[in-house]
Amino acid sequence: MVSSPLVRYLLRRLGVSALLIVGVTLVTFVLTNLVPGDPVAANLGQRAAENAETVAAYRAHYGLDRPLPVQYATYLGNLLQGDLGESQQTHRPVLVDLQSAVPATLEIAIGAIVLSVLIGVGFGVVAAVRRGRLADSALRLVSLVGISVPTFWLALVAFYVFSFQLDLAPGSGRLAPATTPPPHVTGLYTLDALLAGEWETFGDALAHLMLPTLVLTLYTVGLLTRFTRSAVLEVLEQDYVRSARAKGLPGRTVLFRYVLRAAMVPILTVVGLAFGALLSGTVLVEEIFSWPGVGSYAYQAASHLDLPAVMGVGLFVGIVYLVINLIVDLLYGAIDPRVRVT
Amino acid sequence: MTAQRTTLEISGLTLRIGDTEILRGVDLDLEAGRIQGLAGESGSGKTMTGLAVMGLLPDRSRVGGTITFGDRDLLALAPRQRNALRGTEIAMVFQDPSTSLHPMLSVGAQLTDHLRHHLRLDRAAARARAVELLERVRIPDPSGALRRFAHQFSGGQRQRIAIAIALACSPSVLIADEPTTALDVTVQAGVLHLLRDLAREMGLAVLLVTHDLGVMSAVADQVAVMRRGAVVENGERHQVFTAPAHPYTASLLASLPGAAGGVRSLDDVRALEEL
Amino acid sequence: MSRLDGPLRARFRTRIPQAWRTPLGITGAVVALVWILIAVLGPALWPYDPLTQDFARLEPPTGAHWFGTDELGRDVFTRVLAGARVTVPLAVLLVGLSVVIGGVLGLAAGFFGRWVDETVMRVTDLVMAFPTVILAMVVAASLGASLLNAVLAALVVSWPAYARVTRGLVVGIRQADYVLADRLLGFSPLRSLGTDIVPMVTGPVLILASLDIGTATLLLSGLSFLGLGAKPPTAEWGSMVATAIQNFDSWWMGVFPGLAILTVVMAFNFLGDALRDALDPRTAGVLGKAETR
Repeated sequence: MVSSPLVRYLLRRLGVSALLIVGVTLVTFVLTNLVPGDPVAANLGQRAAENAETVAAYRAHYGLDRPLPVQYATYLGNLLQGDLGESQQTHRPVLVDLQSAVPATLEIAIGAIVLSVLIGVGFGVVAAVRRGRLADSALRLVSLVGISVPTFWLALVAFYVFSFQLDLAPGSGRLAPATTPPPHVTGLYTLDALLAGEWETFGDALAHLMLPTLVLTLYTVGLLTRFTRSAVLEVLEQDYVRSARAKGLPGRTVLFRYVLRAAMVPILTVVGLAFGALLSGTVLVEEIFSWPGVGSYAYQAASHLDLPAVMGVGLFVGIVYLVINLIVDLLYGAIDPRVRVT
Repeated sequence: MTAQRTTLEISGLTLRIGDTEILRGVDLDLEAGRIQGLAGESGSGKTMTGLAVMGLLPDRSRVGGTITFGDRDLLALAPRQRNALRGTEIAMVFQDPSTSLHPMLSVGAQLTDHLRHHLRLDRAAARARAVELLERVRIPDPSGALRRFAHQFSGGQRQRIAIAIALACSPSVLIADEPTTALDVTVQAGVLHLLRDLAREMGLAVLLVTHDLGVMSAVADQVAVMRRGAVVENGERHQVFTAPAHPYTASLLASLPGAAGGVRSLDDVRALEEL
Repeated sequence: MSRLDGPLRARFRTRIPQAWRTPLGITGAVVALVWILIAVLGPALWPYDPLTQDFARLEPPTGAHWFGTDELGRDVFTRVLAGARVTVPLAVLLVGLSVVIGGVLGLAAGFFGRWVDETVMRVTDLVMAFPTVILAMVVAASLGASLLNAVLAALVVSWPAYARVTRGLVVGIRQADYVLADRLLGFSPLRSLGTDIVPMVTGPVLILASLDIGTATLLLSGLSFLGLGAKPPTAEWGSMVATAIQNFDSWWMGVFPGLAILTVVMAFNFLGDALRDALDPRTAGVLGKAETR
């Protein structure tokens, strides 16, 4: 079993990923220590920072008085034990902070990616199949606008119009102030509420989800439409599509069996990249909607030079990317026999 | 001259794409069990003639003339009726088997999907027929081959598979567009002879499009030469090769390597026939 | 003069003017030109001064103040116009620098191969392992909030894409017959690089760059929005939207700067698309793959 090519491939990938993760921690560590500003002052406040003893105690507590390579080695050592250090802002272990922030972001990210893929790929296929006609031009225009809109501005406008003026959707946070969160299973309020049978909580959580998810979706829909369109167009020109037509197969069969299957490979690549764009987008969106996810955590950490927190976010994001890449690569193998490891 | 049944008759076929005249009145007959060669240089319109019969022309094409198949004019049919004939009555094999077979669908899938669609066979029957077809085109281990993919076969084998796919529903007409041009020279003869044998066995009317006169002389019964969108000569192979009626044909033959400054001798033609 | 220089350049010359004639291309070109004019003419167009806090605060749009006034009593219209002088040139600068740095590294990687190639590719892998905004945010935070640092941070996340594309192009061209022929004729590696390879690479890379100005604008204004770029009182669109959050009722404070960003980015995206459509499908394919960041 261990000698099976697939297992060997996975082990190799895991090895490379581990190296990449170390690289990610190194990069984050170096970057956050380039800080010209002093994190001590940023986190203690002016007056406390003027007291030498307080500063010394602070530095000793966070190990900031030791040489950099030692700090890094200590960090790595702790990491292997699951200790990501303590946030200088919240004074809680970074791991705990992330444990509450990650599900929040996942809720909107998963919703956004599912919606984007369904709509974006659908639009892209329609645009390619109806190339040159009205539907194509309209969809191309929509997707161009989609990738041109500044996400933070859209969040603001959406908040203003739908929440503030029209009162159609709640704007802030994951739940109304009066609602208590459902019992914790996954951390995803919608899922947990469903599991606990709390329908009202579910509805409330869903309502709060809508605006941030939709705002995030616009950009990714634009991206996916464009790339799906060009991927499908490229496939449509291939000889094997003409062969399928020469066999007298109905148009729909040709489209789904021959065209889409081949186009899935580049489309998958874009979906993976879109997920990354989404994570970037959460930074901008979460602030406006007071969404306590990784995005706003990252922003708070970065602007306060909270180094352990920044490292933690960097690590999380790096790992997510690696996992996504791995999944995409495995899916390639499932779709395209030429790529398979066996 | 034995009276052969004319399966497909092309009459006065014209084609315009955009502002360019591609075909200027092509006349050709395809007869059951015989291979009609269509030779010519690039741009002569020979491929377009084949595509016109199939109805796979590019979007801005305007076609004229008639293509009579049975008692119908193909060009007058509605798209749906035309599509019903593709694969079932009229089939096509393309030039490059490395791109004309889908890279991600198994050979079995590509053999059986139109089989099941047109003939309404169930999975087992379709599979059995697929194995039969692969045997006919001389692919080793036919049942194992069904599960494999195009990239796992050699060029010659891929083209045979493409031929099997084309013949799956027992069509009456086969259009072969440069079927051996993308193949190694050593493999070409095998594929060509397969085509000839299948034509005889199945009573297929074959249109063999190629720029290679050597290919033509190996298997074609009837040879037509095209130049700039029209047929300039059409006759029995023997005759065209030894005593071409049109100066263009003569110049084509003269340009063959080995033909020293003149028309090929009957001996040369006979030697090729013996291959 | 490279052998293929002529036909390729000619193709660019004829195809590019064609791109202007599509509605997409024309709209993009016109809007982009308008903004460039606004940036260039600058103070000549401003009805007021962008920094003067003379006026009534938080006034909605009126005849005197088309875009209203902000929380410090400044004219929003002027500030939006002034913002063009900040964002647009910086976006162009960012793209230019990314092209140069990424291009040079990509050239080196593709041309010299082996360990140079490996190193450059691993570094790009590492950088591209982060979503752009997050990494840029971290860099900008560590460097300190200023426009220049925001550009630097954006540069760090932007050059890898160009390095990858350039390397890909070079690797493709390196084996071309005419390049090998010239080497046999005795061209030194450097000369081969300069005369045979660089001219073929600049075209697609420049097209990619023009497509990128929109993305660069979004990134820079995003960083400013997060407070990591322009510092008050600079009139920068992203930071103007950020201040607008605190003054929610005064919708004009955030809507207009955002619209400015939207129109600029749309213009360059339209232009880039039109350009891409007009060119060789092959080049378009290469660009397509490199566009995702």
